[in-house]
Amino acid sequence: MSSIAISGTSLPRTGLNATPIPPLADSDRKPLMKKDVSADHPTWCPGCGDFSVLALYFKLIEKRRIWHEKIMTVAGIGCSSRFPYFVQGHGAHFIHGRALPFASGVSISRPDLHVFVFGGDGDAFSIGGNHFSHTARRNIKMTYVVMDNMVYGLTKKQTSPTSPIGFKSKTDVWGNFDRPINPMKQAISSGATFVARTTHTNPNHVLAMMEAAMDHNGFSFIECLSECVEFYEGAFDNSNPRKGGKFVEVPKEHDITDEYAAYRLADESAPGNFGIFYKVDRPTKNENETKVISDHRAKVGNLADWQILQKSFDRMK
Amino acid sequence: MSNAPVASTPPGDQQPKVSQVSEAVIRIAGNSQDGIQAIGGFLARLAGRSEQEVMTFMTIPSTISGGPSIFQVRIGSGEVLTAGDEADILLAFYQHSYESHLNSLKKGGIVLYDADHVKDFTPENETTYRHIGVNISSLTVEAIGGTGRDKGKNVFALGLIARMFDLNIQKLHRLLEERFGTKDPTVLQNAMNCFNAGYNYTLATAEELFRFTPGENKHGHQVVTSGNEALAYGLIAAGVRFGAGYPITPWSDIMELLRRELPKYGGSFIQCEDEIASISMAIGASYAGRVAVTGSSGPGISLKTEALGWASMAEVPLVIVDVQRGGPSTGMPTNIEQSDLNIACFGGHGDSPRVVLAPSSVEDCFYTAIEAVNIARKYSTPVIILTDQGIATRIEAFVEPNLQTLCQDISPDLSPIAEHKPYDLSAPDGITRHVAPGTRIGTGKYPVVTGLEHDEMGHPTGSPKLHVAMTAKRRNKLRKLAEELPVPKVFGSPEGQVLLVSWGSSQGPIQEAIKQARAAGEAYSGLHIKYLNPLPNGLENVFSGFRHIFVVELNDEGFYGYGQFAAILRARYCDPRIRGITKVDGLTWKVREILDAARAMTR
Ligand SMILES: Cc1ncc(C[n+]2csc(CCOP(=O)(O)OP(=O)(O)O)c2C)c(N)n1
Ligand code: SF4
Ligand SMILES: [Mg+2]
Repeated sequence: MSSIAISGTSLPRTGLNATPIPPLADSDRKPLMKKDVSADHPTWCPGCGDFSVLALYFKLIEKRRIWHEKIMTVAGIGCSSRFPYFVQGHGAHFIHGRALPFASGVSISRPDLHVFVFGGDGDAFSIGGNHFSHTARRNIKMTYVVMDNMVYGLTKKQTSPTSPIGFKSKTDVWGNFDRPINPMKQAISSGATFVARTTHTNPNHVLAMMEAAMDHNGFSFIECLSECVEFYEGAFDNSNPRKGGKFVEVPKEHDITDEYAAYRLADESAPGNFGIFYKVDRPTKNENETKVISDHRAKVGNLADWQILQKSFDRMK
Repeated sequence: MSNAPVASTPPGDQQPKVSQVSEAVIRIAGNSQDGIQAIGGFLARLAGRSEQEVMTFMTIPSTISGGPSIFQVRIGSGEVLTAGDEADILLAFYQHSYESHLNSLKKGGIVLYDADHVKDFTPENETTYRHIGVNISSLTVEAIGGTGRDKGKNVFALGLIARMFDLNIQKLHRLLEERFGTKDPTVLQNAMNCFNAGYNYTLATAEELFRFTPGENKHGHQVVTSGNEALAYGLIAAGVRFGAGYPITPWSDIMELLRRELPKYGGSFIQCEDEIASISMAIGASYAGRVAVTGSSGPGISLKTEALGWASMAEVPLVIVDVQRGGPSTGMPTNIEQSDLNIACFGGHGDSPRVVLAPSSVEDCFYTAIEAVNIARKYSTPVIILTDQGIATRIEAFVEPNLQTLCQDISPDLSPIAEHKPYDLSAPDGITRHVAPGTRIGTGKYPVVTGLEHDEMGHPTGSPKLHVAMTAKRRNKLRKLAEELPVPKVFGSPEGQVLLVSWGSSQGPIQEAIKQARAAGEAYSGLHIKYLNPLPNGLENVFSGFRHIFVVELNDEGFYGYGQFAAILRARYCDPRIRGITKVDGLTWKVREILDAARAMTR
């Protein structure tokens, strides 16, 4: 019966200029510089902490000689989440709170790419809270940098899930009284296998954390304090030596494979410690799925796809 | 058996007479744990292997343990379009099954009941229906040695039916072997014992036994399967290798099958934390290069609408399966309804064009899945497959598809290109086609896929001019699709008094209604529409041949008296002849209901 009206013929790839070009050996390529990896000029307020996170992402790409097409930059919605527009490379600006599942779809189906996700505290822990826990527990390979300003920036100063008690916002004019989420504890208890904390005022530290996160095989999470100068000015002065604060690194003797020690470290009062709190190796979702596939592929041998399907149809007779 | 006996053997000494029938409707009623679906499945498979057309109908209770359950199977030598309005035979396991389903039996029909459980009869019923009592429960216990309680009585009953219809015993034995042949040989032995006990039981009180007239030999083999299975395999044939979902009835079967099967083809299906994550993950995978699938039913579809709008805005291909059930909210999880048409066509904020297709039968589920993937790719758009609880769970036989020619490879092309603008306004066909991440672009200028209104590179814009141009671009590419869509053919004469318009699973009962009306001398025709959004062009030419146009659908008539599709057609064609025939009782259409309504409206 059914004729298929729209057939699956091969499609042109783009509009006018889809001219194929020859492949290029890595050795014939010039390493990327900042000008090659920056795109639109950021629309952030002057002085916003997010600038330094972006600058250090560029540094990471430069330093680690990553090619444009080897990474994918994904974000949800928020000031911080505008990130992909400012980066020259395949990017996706998805919906509020759902960047992690989108990135998971990319990561699982494309093992050849490294997926970086950037976003805000509201995106990560409020609307996207559920996805945060589940992406962490599944240990899906990607790097997630939450630019935590402890406020809703884009929507102009409402209470965020990380706003401290007493913080006065447009939705809590008398001061917030809901206990804030502790991103470190949340990440550790959800099963993230790389959990680190840094702050935008210490560029070398941000870069070191990003490098370590990228090299981690699994779900790597960084909380990066990133000041919103517009709606929560001075929020992180206590960790900025230039503002009279103190930048305290994770103690040398801390065992990063000790979950309880990491949890205790996360319990320190503000401004807390900076560095890698927790890092363990556990099979990634990507590896587990790949294993399921290779086991099944071994069983079907070298049958063509239609022949595998034919076997299923034979059982319906 | 709607066809009168065509031949009968004269009654011998005590032998019941044997009548030839061309089709029969058998309804089996019991509790869900009695394995009723299994008997139905055996009969359906047997019919498929015997060149008979088959269509089944089943209901299952929404509670998982216990509760009444039925399965109705219609087996015919000719074309079977519905599971049948009335049953010829009712097999009742309990008093409650007997009482609730006797009225589905046609007058003079046979009720075969378990005499261990069904004990109360009114004299009136005894004269209206032919009663045959068999101690099914106790005979089953006897057959398997008393240890197994009455588990296996479904197989015993299958034996009775096999006897009553003189079914092919070798083929049934083979089916039993396939089903029960496990490592433990006693399982199969018990099943065979039950079956043989039923088959060899002398149906002493039966006055009549039956034999099917042989069906016409079809070209090629027949396969027997459910709509959900056909759809899932269609997606695999289409080249889909990634899916994500969250369990909900009746969608779950599809995700379970894909989870099991995709790894054989190098793919994966991920069970997510919720429906929002599922669609988001599927969109991510789709963007990463190969059209992916998500799906749901009922409330899960509502959850997907924000991300669906993103796919529409960002122009990312995606297939979304909506196995409709009774709504709103948790609604009627195990009942049929076609009330998701509006959310499928319009769900979400903003102007977000998308494509909606509805399969009409189990077989069509397979082909619709392939078509949905191809439309999604060609037009870089989300496509919704609107199937329903009825097609999802029923079993039909159809000619095996040619898999070698149908299976397609849609893996992404990652070879480098000179230049790329994802939202090119001057593209010759006006259609966006993304390049997958991992593709090197010669200019060093890379695209962003986005839900913000954007320029041609995918960068945000607040320009009214660009919003106007991009909105038109997203709309016009699907107008182009409408031009490409085939205009559906009229079923029956192109001119007449009544045109019955159908979509989705209502096609079968409507065609049967038309056949009956025409046989009675009424000028009825039918139009089945598969492409619901956008509609194919040229429907007005079809409508012009009729005095009345009735859109028959399983949803509510709404404030203004029209079902969801009728309202869309009225808005599109401004044609007052278009009216609606609707119902929401959670059951498939009976032919009689359609004809009664249409006749009342033309009186
Ligand atoms: C579904 C949905 N709800 C609400 C919004 C509005 N909204 C946009 S960004 C945002 C909060 C942003 O806060 P955060 O994630 O901390 O990012 P920041 O702007 O502080 O970087 C909200 C509520 C939205 N875009 N989508
Ligand atoms: S509002 Fe705050 S977070 Fe947003 S750009 Fe300005 S300073 Fe940064
Ligand atoms: Mg914030």
